[in-house]
Amino acid sequence: MKHTKKLAEPARRDRTDKLDNLLANDNAVSVIVVLLGLLFGTLLIILVGKNPSGMYSAMLQTLTGLDIERGTWNARYIGEWLTASLPLILCGLSFGFAARTGLFNIGAEGQYIAGLTAAQFVALYFPPIPILHWVVALIAAAIAGALFGGLVGWLKARFEVSEVVATIMLNYIAFFLSRWATMQIPGSNTYKTPSFPASAMLTSNLLQSLTNDSRLSIGFWVTILCCILYWFIIEKTKLGFELRATGYNKEAARCSGIKVTSRISISMILAGVFAGLAGAIVALGSFSYGRVLAGLDNYGFNGIAAALVGNNTGLGTFLAGLLFGMLASAQPLMQSRQIPKEITWIISGLVVVLISLRAGAKLFLAWRAKNKVRMHMEIQTASDAASLEDSLNSGNGGQKHNG
Amino acid sequence: MGSFATMIPSVLMIVAPILITAVGGMICERSGVVNIALEGLMSIGAFTAATVHYFLEPLTPLSIWIALIAAFFAGFVVSIIHAFASITLNADQVISGTGINLLATGGTTFLSQVFFKMERTAPFRLGMMPGFSGIYPTAWIALAIVIVAWYVLYKRPVGLRLRACGEHPQAAASAGINVQKMRYVAVLLSGGLAGLAGGCLVLTETIQYTVNTINGAGYIALAAVSFGRWKPLGVSAASLLFGTAVALAIYMVNIESLRFLPSEFFSVLPYIITLVTLVVFSGRNYAPRASGQPYERGGS
Repeated sequence: MKHTKKLAEPARRDRTDKLDNLLANDNAVSVIVVLLGLLFGTLLIILVGKNPSGMYSAMLQTLTGLDIERGTWNARYIGEWLTASLPLILCGLSFGFAARTGLFNIGAEGQYIAGLTAAQFVALYFPPIPILHWVVALIAAAIAGALFGGLVGWLKARFEVSEVVATIMLNYIAFFLSRWATMQIPGSNTYKTPSFPASAMLTSNLLQSLTNDSRLSIGFWVTILCCILYWFIIEKTKLGFELRATGYNKEAARCSGIKVTSRISISMILAGVFAGLAGAIVALGSFSYGRVLAGLDNYGFNGIAAALVGNNTGLGTFLAGLLFGMLASAQPLMQSRQIPKEITWIISGLVVVLISLRAGAKLFLAWRAKNKVRMHMEIQTASDAASLEDSLNSGNGGQKHNG
Repeated sequence: MGSFATMIPSVLMIVAPILITAVGGMICERSGVVNIALEGLMSIGAFTAATVHYFLEPLTPLSIWIALIAAFFAGFVVSIIHAFASITLNADQVISGTGINLLATGGTTFLSQVFFKMERTAPFRLGMMPGFSGIYPTAWIALAIVIVAWYVLYKRPVGLRLRACGEHPQAAASAGINVQKMRYVAVLLSGGLAGLAGGCLVLTETIQYTVNTINGAGYIALAAVSFGRWKPLGVSAASLLFGTAVALAIYMVNIESLRFLPSEFFSVLPYIITLVTLVVFSGRNYAPRASGQPYERGGS
């Protein structure tokens, strides 16, 4: 009896270890979650009587520019996909940066609007000096985002105001202030301002010629730079270490001499910078006039999804942002293939919900670990008892069997 | 000021859904779970009510009430996701809430496409009719919900137990209260109330559901919970104030003395007031102590 149990054990442990490793790996879980989201989307399309291959061919066309139904190729789709991804990536970095410090920045939307508005103002009022014009606009957007983010950080650090409630409030404050301020610009009506001068635009001739006149702009380089900067600050600097320490355990960080309150403020300021830049990139990269916002652009909220799937790392958020950007920019193509385009929103939402269930994987792993220990102990006691029995029966026989 | 008196029915119309949602949010936070999915749950309720009412309107005069009950159940069922993630799995409460908000936008428009072949529900012919002196029945529903919530939370043992779960779940558990069950009840109830509120909103304020129907009302309710310091009377007063501000933003064109202010001024008011009060009353913490923290059943 004890022998069969012992022999069966290694193979089984091998299998459970593989599952344990898979579930313990955040990147693997993210991939599983995305695949589950796509699977669910596919099932939903079948359920409403449509052909899901249309969804996948739309996605393929967005990613590669290849239209398999007509057999044509147009690089413009790639450019539009990247353009749609940029604000998602930057807003994801904004959420992720705060999250690494243990804060929930639901306010990327507000910081994005602040950046967008500041960039529009600079575009219309700064003298049209080539290059300097859009550089100043980007800086202004970063500062505006930083102010909105920093305010939340300061309120949290100084007054212990919940950052979740504060950021939600500031989203709407930013939205209405932006509407009001933009409508004050002479020559604007209830939905747009006069056109920007060319010097304010983030147009990149190189990227445009590569992608067959898409709207892909200098924002692309800015975004990549931000991802690298994010990785560098978080992983390689003393500040990043202190931020992460604060995120893991505030009290422990405080005891080790880290100024927790100032770290919280700094974290929110930098989070605001990323979201503010996203605003500038959309304002000056994708539009040639200032917008009086009619509703939220929702990049801030969808950026949360990107950060969560990307596990709050620079590279992960970049890839996840590309995924959600692909879903967003595949919408019109899906519609032309009679696939309800809302399916992409459902997939994004579902992915976030599934990510929240990831905590379940941790519980499952803990339960497994506990079980394993118990099983091990049972075997141990069983074999101990058996060896005792053997040695009692035949003097020295027991030791050999168990060796 | 005569014009202001005529505004009262519309103010109450706007206040009612905010108040119903806020009471749900209050119950939820009192049990220790933050529900930022209120906005999404309202959308789901509004969509459900608009759809049910559209299909039943020609068949039965009770259509509106059936629609409201359906809206309650829709919110109730969808909030199971939030309850399961945040209570059973101890997941982060903000993440699953955000997920539901995203899912609600996509889900309701998707279902509109399925049922009506467009991005919104088809308009129903007649919404809820105002009753005595132009006041919609939703105002009375909201009032009843507040009173019942106050009575149960403060005058019944079950209310005491629920509040204990939000203040100190470990202590509550040691007194024999099933913390997880209590929190489940609170989350599902708040989901149901948010759904009902969404239904009330769509049946009184508009004729169909679109993505912009709720337009932040759920977040305003969330703000009202904080501003009202997690107490029924406070939450009611906050909802009334915020509802009035929303109404003023819409109807101010009718009021001579306020016309010099931009309408954004009133729109932004609830949010600024909430933020300022959170700062002013910081330090003295009125929030339920364990709100937002997962409760892990004490192991060994």
